[in-house]
Amino acid sequence: MREAFLLFIIVVAGTGGELCVSRAMKTAGEVTDFRPASLVRFVLRALRVGWMWAGVGMMAMAFFSLLGMLALEAVSFVVPVTALSYAAGALGAKVFLRERVSPQRWAGVFIVCVGVTLVLLSKR
Amino acid sequence: MRESKSVHLKTYFMLALMIVFAPLGNVLLGKGMKGVSGAASWQPGALLGVARQVIGSPFIWLGVASLLTFFVAYMVVLSWADYSYVQPASSFSYAVVALLGYLLLGEAVPPLRAAGIAIICLGVFVVGRTPPRTTEHV
Repeated sequence: MREAFLLFIIVVAGTGGELCVSRAMKTAGEVTDFRPASLVRFVLRALRVGWMWAGVGMMAMAFFSLLGMLALEAVSFVVPVTALSYAAGALGAKVFLRERVSPQRWAGVFIVCVGVTLVLLSKR
Repeated sequence: MRESKSVHLKTYFMLALMIVFAPLGNVLLGKGMKGVSGAASWQPGALLGVARQVIGSPFIWLGVASLLTFFVAYMVVLSWADYSYVQPASSFSYAVVALLGYLLLGEAVPPLRAAGIAIICLGVFVVGRTPPRTTEHV
């Protein structure tokens, strides 16, 4: 039960956080200068975007849940089952963003779910 | 043409950093958390002691540093590459984490789990081969 709760937080908060960070980075602009000082300036610029803070907050929640899960289970079990985030992403896009999710993408999500099921079964 | 080659090179370099440092970070965190006594009990009174041990574990800090390296590479590559391209390319990290778990932590990876991980990599790859935009903008 604890594992299921932690996995839920990892998947939902992790996926939401990644989408927020992705949106923030598109707002911050492309990185063209890789010198350390320029990278620091870029990170500071990205931190001025609200989506970045929302994303970092959600990813922090996912991170602490991941720590809790890693205390309970093997890393070769924990990380693969977090691939359920692909299913959460597709469902979220369909339900909340009202996007059309292509049959091929649903097929990919289904394959991921089959793989996660096998990983879950390998624990027994 | 030269610019396109340069974009490909820097994209591959950043993806390589992501594929190495994300699994390495998770393995180090796993090693650190397994050494924390009381972390699995979830007793409210033990949380402070757990937090102290987590903060004092070098494996946790090395794991955080690895994940930060991954995160910077991820942020940087997303500034020019599509999320829908980066996501499938990073699918190999699921296989790398199992390999590192086996090699560095001595974790057992039964055949069923290995098969599941291979199928997950395939599924993530299929998801990433779909068009990034399937909804018409008004």
